[in-house]
Amino acid sequence: MAQSNKYRTGDQVKVRVDSPSHHYRTPTYIQGKTGVVVAICGRYRNPESLGHGGDGMPEQLLYRVAFAQNSVWDRYQGPSGDKILVDIYEHWLDPVGV
Amino acid sequence: MSESHDGEHVHPESGEELSLYARRAQAIEALLVEKGVCSTGEVDRMMNMVESRSPSDGAKVVAHAWSDPEFKARLLADPRSALTEIGYSLPDTTPHLAVVENTEQVHHMVVCTLCSCYPRALLGRPPDWYKSFAYRSRAVVDPRGVMREFGLELADSVEVQVLDSTADLRYLVLPRRPTGTENLSEAELAKLVSRDCMIGVTDPHVPEGVAAS
Repeated sequence: MAQSNKYRTGDQVKVRVDSPSHHYRTPTYIQGKTGVVVAICGRYRNPESLGHGGDGMPEQLLYRVAFAQNSVWDRYQGPSGDKILVDIYEHWLDPVGV
Repeated sequence: MSESHDGEHVHPESGEELSLYARRAQAIEALLVEKGVCSTGEVDRMMNMVESRSPSDGAKVVAHAWSDPEFKARLLADPRSALTEIGYSLPDTTPHLAVVENTEQVHHMVVCTLCSCYPRALLGRPPDWYKSFAYRSRAVVDPRGVMREFGLELADSVEVQVLDSTADLRYLVLPRRPTGTENLSEAELAKLVSRDCMIGVTDPHVPEGVAAS
């Protein structure tokens, strides 16, 4: 598959807000939040298809996205540098500031 | 569903009544085999592998990485092939492993908020607390508070990075090698590496008298 990465390391991305009726692996607490791509983890078969007997194709690119903890939780107690890193598939991400 | 797995036929007085979840697992396995998705042999091999692995396997890997910087670099870059070098071959059917290194500046801690994803192929089964709702919610909201309960108080200058293994990767934390352990052998080092410090909720513990003064 010659499909190229939509995002690169360092890109800002915003997680889509959605609650599909099928299986998905984007936690609710991170939906709508803006983070930065810190790693491109590779292509994997889509769990939203695999979860329902599908073949998981086409494969989806998986990104590791870092979010500032204090941008995720209003009352985060720790220092402002603390982060939460979540693995998110490309089709759940939108570009920011483009 | 095949008749032989019908839980209705289990007699309570035999003392072998299976729980709802055990019966469900059996039924799902029977269906998967029936549909040709996997074979009972494959299921047995995976179960045997997970049951044969334990945190002491992870500890050996960590101790080797502490003792051999070049191995550590390979372990961080390509865990699967680095593990093969030292006799841990992960089957292709297991999820990809990522190794994250704790440093003076960054401390990692792993959780799976959606279920209980864990590097089972290396560490065996996760502890019960790892699967609890309490850990899965508090690890992301208040990681420093969780670490405090495990006896680790991190300075504010250390950046805490919580990894939520939501998808296809499983994370192993490579803890910091404790100071004063320069003269320890790899086998002695491995004894300092607990399961909990490979999840990142705490650091390796050096008992009195072990570290060089």
